[in-house]
Amino acid sequence: MPEVTLVGAVNLALARAMEDDPSVLVLGEDVGVDGGVFRATDGLLGRFGPERVFDTPLAEASIAGMAVGLAAQGFRPVAEIQFSGFIYPAIDQMVNHAARLRNRTRSRLSCPMVLRAPNGGGIRAAEHHSESVEAFFVNIPGLRVVVPSSPAKAYGLLLAAIRDPDPVVFLEPPRLYRALKEEVADDGRALSLDTSFVIREGTDVTLVTWGASVVEAMAAADDLAADGVEAEVIDVACLKPLDMGPILASVERTGRCVIVHEAPLTGAPGAEIAARIAERGLMSLVAPVQRVTGYDTVMPLLRLEKAFIPSTRRVIDAALRTLEYA
Amino acid sequence: MAVATFEIGFTRFLDRSGEVVQPLPAFASEAKALIPLYRSMTRLRMFDAKAVALQRTGRLGTYAAALGEEAVTIGLASAMAADDVLVPAFRDQGAQLWRGVGLVDILAYWGGDERGSVAGPSEDFPVCVPIGTHFPHAVGVALAIKLRRQSRAVVCIGGDGATSKGDVYEAMNMAGLWQLPVVFVVSNNQWAISVPRQRQTAAATLAQKAIAAGIPGEQVDGNDVIAVRHAVDEALAAARAGRGPRLIEAVTYRLGDHTTSDDATRYRDDATVSTHWAEEPLVRLRRYLTAQGVWTKEDEEAMQVALAAEIEKAVADYLALPPPAPQDMFDHLFAVLPADLKAQRDTLAEEEALHA
Ligand SMILES: Cc1ncc(C[n+]2csc(CCOP(=O)(O)OP(=O)(O)O)c2C)c(N)n1
Ligand SMILES: [Mg+2]
Repeated sequence: MPEVTLVGAVNLALARAMEDDPSVLVLGEDVGVDGGVFRATDGLLGRFGPERVFDTPLAEASIAGMAVGLAAQGFRPVAEIQFSGFIYPAIDQMVNHAARLRNRTRSRLSCPMVLRAPNGGGIRAAEHHSESVEAFFVNIPGLRVVVPSSPAKAYGLLLAAIRDPDPVVFLEPPRLYRALKEEVADDGRALSLDTSFVIREGTDVTLVTWGASVVEAMAAADDLAADGVEAEVIDVACLKPLDMGPILASVERTGRCVIVHEAPLTGAPGAEIAARIAERGLMSLVAPVQRVTGYDTVMPLLRLEKAFIPSTRRVIDAALRTLEYA
Repeated sequence: MAVATFEIGFTRFLDRSGEVVQPLPAFASEAKALIPLYRSMTRLRMFDAKAVALQRTGRLGTYAAALGEEAVTIGLASAMAADDVLVPAFRDQGAQLWRGVGLVDILAYWGGDERGSVAGPSEDFPVCVPIGTHFPHAVGVALAIKLRRQSRAVVCIGGDGATSKGDVYEAMNMAGLWQLPVVFVVSNNQWAISVPRQRQTAAATLAQKAIAAGIPGEQVDGNDVIAVRHAVDEALAAARAGRGPRLIEAVTYRLGDHTTSDDATRYRDDATVSTHWAEEPLVRLRRYLTAQGVWTKEDEEAMQVALAAEIEKAVADYLALPPPAPQDMFDHLFAVLPADLKAQRDTLAEEEALHA
């Protein structure tokens, strides 16, 4: 099996989906000859030609909006937004059209599109290139919101997203694009978009996270294990719709939960997860739920981004705080 | 030294008094052939009046009548082939009706029932309320048509207000770049709620906004259904033949309130509006048909009686429509309802049962 990076896995999944299904199209700014600024679409133009892989003008609202039109016609467009800070004009299309086309036509029309974008910091990029935007999307009824945390997840979840009959926002952590390699079989097998993934088993505290923060959560779990604390780590991956099953089951066993995400604190998916634990798992808690997140600040420029992004240390500290309760 | 110049043409066939001002296009060479247009425009006007009355009596939601703009919406629809795709704004019930959507469906939608957006040509888009946001959809549909090498086209409609939006320009730019089979029609009714056309943009015409996007733009008399139909005919023929998009600015006037929630007397005086009644599209066509000897007082009366009966029947059917079950709001959210939402649907069902 070949070892690939996360961005390589995205590329692999795109190519596989295009190979399997002629209705899959790739579009966005610089996705053609340039292969995307992160090279996620590298080589696709040569392989699938300019009718299936094309550069669009610089117009985010219409990149998403055009994808709605293509999807309504039965194509499966995978539209790339170059950086998360420029996704906001596309939100109009996602919320007002993509997410509700099926509902408002009672399924006469539907919108099987994917909107891909990098999401989050840690790559020493310019201003507006490092924001975490998942909170904007999880509040939109009719959308799926997916955040992969590894090459294998990126491959399997992106294939699932492209094959899904409804619109999916697929947010890729650029910090992980080339940070790690993993063996990924290009077998065309999709993962489920309906499940949270338990990626490390443990009995003492539950760490709930997604995207790039999975790295810090896993590192924290290693560290805690050295001190005899067994952390269970759950990669939510699919933020909307949310699969609380593994989270509630885990909290029932551990009684402790730390939620870790890079997006700012207020109104982010961590708040939703904490609320649902309060609704359905409160009695199993022995300690208050802790959240380790980005602050409610403007994403700082690169010199301070490390202080903003949840660190392994902060995750460990939060886990230890939950252990102070007997 | 000029590096680029442009000219915006204006086309009219029938003037306000119903006089022919230039040779008519082939489809209008027999006056009789215009009767279906006249009938549909009248049907729309009578239906709109009924819908407004229903709203006033609490039996319909907010409604946007096309009073004064009938020639635009009917004219453009009449130029379309069945397999062309309509991407309408929110005041285009006339085009929808022409294309086979039922009166009862229009009432259902504006009466607050999603089932009203099901009928009609299966690829047509439903109405679009967020102004101008549907222009990119038309581009996507047109691109799909082009990729499949089909000989059909898209008609996308927006208002004068819509032309100020970035997504409208983005869409025209893309359509021009890729020479897509799409016709953009701007129904310039001179108003965006209370904002008059001259306070919307410094551009002398809205048609010239196409020039910046690299596509031809032209004006037509939007109160002359022959001019609208002809311009859209030609633009569609060009689009289907691979000669790219066009923008048609149909110059007309909104004779009524913006919607039933609006009171236009707050921002324009009746005197101004009444001068525009002299331009309106139905009267001039009726004058022409009458002068040509193909339309009589008796025809008019018979038509009105028949239309009134049709509309009454539709209203009765609409009022008899049972409301959707509350759980229906979950049924078409996703192809397969995710577990998380099933739980929410169950909660709603329990609530309903509890308070039934
Ligand atoms: C994006 C957006 N902004 C504001 C509104 C509220 N609104 C509804 S119609 C309208 C005016 C539209 O004017 P125009 O495009 O000329 O269309 P018309 O109403 O004249 O048919 C406004 C401001 C809206 N629906 N969408
Ligand atoms: Mg207007």
